[in-house]
Amino acid sequence: MANQRRFTDMLADSMPKLVLAPSFLIVMVCIYGYILWTVALSFTKSRMLPQWKFVGFDQYNKLLNNDRWAVSSENLVVFGGLFIIICLVIGIGMAILLDQKIRQEGLLRTIYLYPMAISFIVTGTAWKWLLNPSMGIQKIVREWGFEDFTFDWLVNSEMVVFCLVIAAVWQSSGFVMALFLAGLRGVDSEMIKAAQLDGASMPTIYRRIILPTLKPVFFSAFVILSHIAIKSFDLVTALTGGGPGYSSDLPANFMYAHAFTRSQMGLGAASGVMMLGGVLAILIPYLYSELRGKKQ
Amino acid sequence: MKKTYNLSYSANGTKNLSLLGSVKDKANRYLQQRSIVQHLLRILLYSVLLFMALIYLLPLLVMVMNSLKDVEEIRNGSLLALPKDPSLAAWAKAWGSACTGSTCEGIAPFFINSFKIVLPAVAISTILGALNGYVLSMWRFKGSDLFFGLLLFGCFIPFQVVLIPMAMTLGWLGLASSASGLILVHVIYGMAFTTLFFRNYYVGLPRELISAAKIDGAGFFLIFWRIILPLSPPIIVVTVIWQFTQIWNDFLFGVVFSGADNLPVTVALNNLVNTSFGGKEYNVDMAAALLAALPTIVVYVFAGKYFVRGLSAGAVKGA
Amino acid sequence: MNKTKAAIAGLALAVSAVVANAGEVEVLHYWTSGGEAKSVAVLKDLLTQEGHSWKDFAVAGGAGEAAMTVLKSRAVSGNPPAAAQMKGLDIQEWADLGFLADLDGVANKAGWDELLPKVVSDIMKFEGKYVAVPVNVHRVNWLWANPAAFAKAGAEIPTTWDEMIAVGPKLKAAGIIPLAHGGQAWQDATLFEAIALGMGGSEFYNKAFVTHDDATLRSAKMVEIFKTFKATRDLIDADSPGRDWNIATSMVINGTAAMQIMGDWAKGEFTAAGKVPGTDFICAPAPQTEHQYTFNIDSFAMFGLDSDDSKVAQETLARLIMEPKFQEAFNLNKGSIPVRQGMNETPFDSCAKASMASFSSTAKTGDLVPSFAHGMATTSSALGAISDVITNFYNSDQSADEVVVKLANAVKASM
Repeated sequence: MANQRRFTDMLADSMPKLVLAPSFLIVMVCIYGYILWTVALSFTKSRMLPQWKFVGFDQYNKLLNNDRWAVSSENLVVFGGLFIIICLVIGIGMAILLDQKIRQEGLLRTIYLYPMAISFIVTGTAWKWLLNPSMGIQKIVREWGFEDFTFDWLVNSEMVVFCLVIAAVWQSSGFVMALFLAGLRGVDSEMIKAAQLDGASMPTIYRRIILPTLKPVFFSAFVILSHIAIKSFDLVTALTGGGPGYSSDLPANFMYAHAFTRSQMGLGAASGVMMLGGVLAILIPYLYSELRGKKQ
Repeated sequence: MKKTYNLSYSANGTKNLSLLGSVKDKANRYLQQRSIVQHLLRILLYSVLLFMALIYLLPLLVMVMNSLKDVEEIRNGSLLALPKDPSLAAWAKAWGSACTGSTCEGIAPFFINSFKIVLPAVAISTILGALNGYVLSMWRFKGSDLFFGLLLFGCFIPFQVVLIPMAMTLGWLGLASSASGLILVHVIYGMAFTTLFFRNYYVGLPRELISAAKIDGAGFFLIFWRIILPLSPPIIVVTVIWQFTQIWNDFLFGVVFSGADNLPVTVALNNLVNTSFGGKEYNVDMAAALLAALPTIVVYVFAGKYFVRGLSAGAVKGA
Repeated sequence: MNKTKAAIAGLALAVSAVVANAGEVEVLHYWTSGGEAKSVAVLKDLLTQEGHSWKDFAVAGGAGEAAMTVLKSRAVSGNPPAAAQMKGLDIQEWADLGFLADLDGVANKAGWDELLPKVVSDIMKFEGKYVAVPVNVHRVNWLWANPAAFAKAGAEIPTTWDEMIAVGPKLKAAGIIPLAHGGQAWQDATLFEAIALGMGGSEFYNKAFVTHDDATLRSAKMVEIFKTFKATRDLIDADSPGRDWNIATSMVINGTAAMQIMGDWAKGEFTAAGKVPGTDFICAPAPQTEHQYTFNIDSFAMFGLDSDDSKVAQETLARLIMEPKFQEAFNLNKGSIPVRQGMNETPFDSCAKASMASFSSTAKTGDLVPSFAHGMATTSSALGAISDVITNFYNSDQSADEVVVKLANAVKASM
């Protein structure tokens, strides 16, 4: 009897762990297991399919001497940085504007939010047309009488990465807006009233009181945005195909091309490991400081 | 906003008071001035918001308008010109008779496949996320925070990396090229986000809620069922919308893991739009794209309100 | 008609019921456009008439790139499709890994060795055994020209690359874009390979792009070829990057551009627009390649299967692909020519007839060369490396002397 009791108690005690166990297993196998597998693969000479002939750091050497890899990782820095910053700025700005007791807020919100609902497989063609100098915005503005208007980033190797930024911001800034709008709605209105009574102006209130309380929102937005930036793949495929030349290539596209279409799985794996390493280097300190900061 | 200008102008007002005569006169003028400035600001505010709305709508507008034209008109006309003779022919073709392979039955048959995959995948990953979030917030144990950190980092794994090992795993499980295999994949890689959402939401709930229940001897599931779940609808809405969008729009997993019989609508759309040889029918492409996006757009339009509400109810409270 | 069809189908069913059980073949391919779908449907019908069933797995995108990803995942998970559309050296790689089925049984019975030119059958064989079936032959080194545009500018259609560069200003003066081009890596490579073949000759071409001879890749000839390649930039418009090839073709059709270098699939665009070969548009060999032929062959590789029924169905499919009925129907739809020799030429148009004549004559002189831009000449990794170098050169201010070094190094690194 007592034994049975103890058993059920034990079961109850370990219930949280039991519930988490399947997820733990999945994370260990399907995320970290596969990461290890990829790391191992990056040291092999695998071509079309995995082959376990180890060649040391050969693939990494090849990668570092690869011009296209240099271009795509540089692009990720520019693209990722601009994308995250602009999304945050537009997101916060629009959230503040929308928070001014706007009529038809619901409608406007839906309009800002809908791009998130559609993938680039769907909107890629429309964007390609809009950004194309001979069909899209440039042509239309010229038809309005501004003969010298030029907007040819899509076909310009130096500028094409900014086209990626434009389309990506269009897709994600609405979601960031929703996050911040939600955050603003959650701010304690008593606090704002008190500040107003103290004679603080609204911009000051936003800067000093409201935005600091939204720090966790920044955190969530940053995590989600960097996740989108690093995984950006469809965007390039749909909008530029990596061109002109390979000037708009991103690491995810580089990896996919080498691992799957070019039968250089080892090199593809090496580039995947480099990407994860990059994420680790940038993200871990940030996550760590945020999570630690919370606890204290 | 109202309050701001009230404050700043009253400062101005007192300064001028000594210079001018009638206080009442001044006050009237000030009120008038204030309402004009406010009015202008209000107009500016609305114009900015409307301008932004227009920009956001532009790609959609381009798609809708061109889906109503015929191919000749698209080739010769301007991108943003209204269709001269709007017709739904392209929509009908995209739905029922465009070629997506050796068959030409449009994208309609693939909708069922997508729903068959998306609905269970969303349901399972949401339930799993809720339970995980519940443990990670209310039943923390040594190592549970570490697990959360690992999970969070796991979000960043590029999906292209996992294709081959996942295919091997599915083959080993006997789930290769099946709907169940694909559902499993979506559950696995959706779990990180669903757990994140629920955990952050539950962290914001008062802990007293469950400590009292624990003292009363209520168990793990009873507390979840009776106390936590009734408080969860806002975050469930957020999670379901997020997952639905992600999985519905997925192409990579869908094409690789589904097998010939369960291809989702994104694959059909890709086949329709990405033809390598032979004439392109842009109007049909656009119509097909809009049709494929319809379910997610509908979800956002009708549930968008709850989405923001759910987010403000705690999803964004952070880690 | 329907009655006879039904009768034939019934007969076929009866026969096949005696001969073998009905099996299913899953076919992974990337033919999804209207014309292609029609062509594939012909094969599907033929197979069904023999009592087997066809399971369609179509994935379009990037000249089969997406389909290749699917194939690899399916292969490692242990259930590859029965047949997959595949090209060139990929066939050898898959066979080398032991995935492909031996088709010698079907091949010997139907006498494929006699029906196919050796260049083609070599690609389809691994260690002397057939592992894949060819469907068609595309000629890649075509020049498509709009004679009206040339008449308007008072210019002649160029037959050498020097003439090509020289004719540019004249066409431009008449307000015509000399060369329609889509700035995508494979289109850049298609243009480049035509220049390399024309200026370098077949032997040079093979040394550079089939056997990857280092000295050839770095040679002065190669520098010269790259210079000409860069000079063609003056012939194209600024908006070309990212443009699909068929948009470029439509520029030639409506006369905004005068020429395009593109494979014979471009013909479909002209005929779909109601244009007649010889009068409304000209199909000529790319400059300096009149007696050379760059081929691009579509084929199906057959994967090893466990089920006997499926094996029978798979072999039936292989046999049907090579039979005249399908070869004719398919190639009329697609603009290519039958890979099977000795076919009736009457149903084909003048461009296709010219292609057929050139195909058999070049096969004898050694001027029938594989198109590297379309994956016939080299492994996908070498192709990837080469096309990266080419497209980057075309879209940057790199010098021709620099690029040959890059080319040689990239090819070496991809091995």
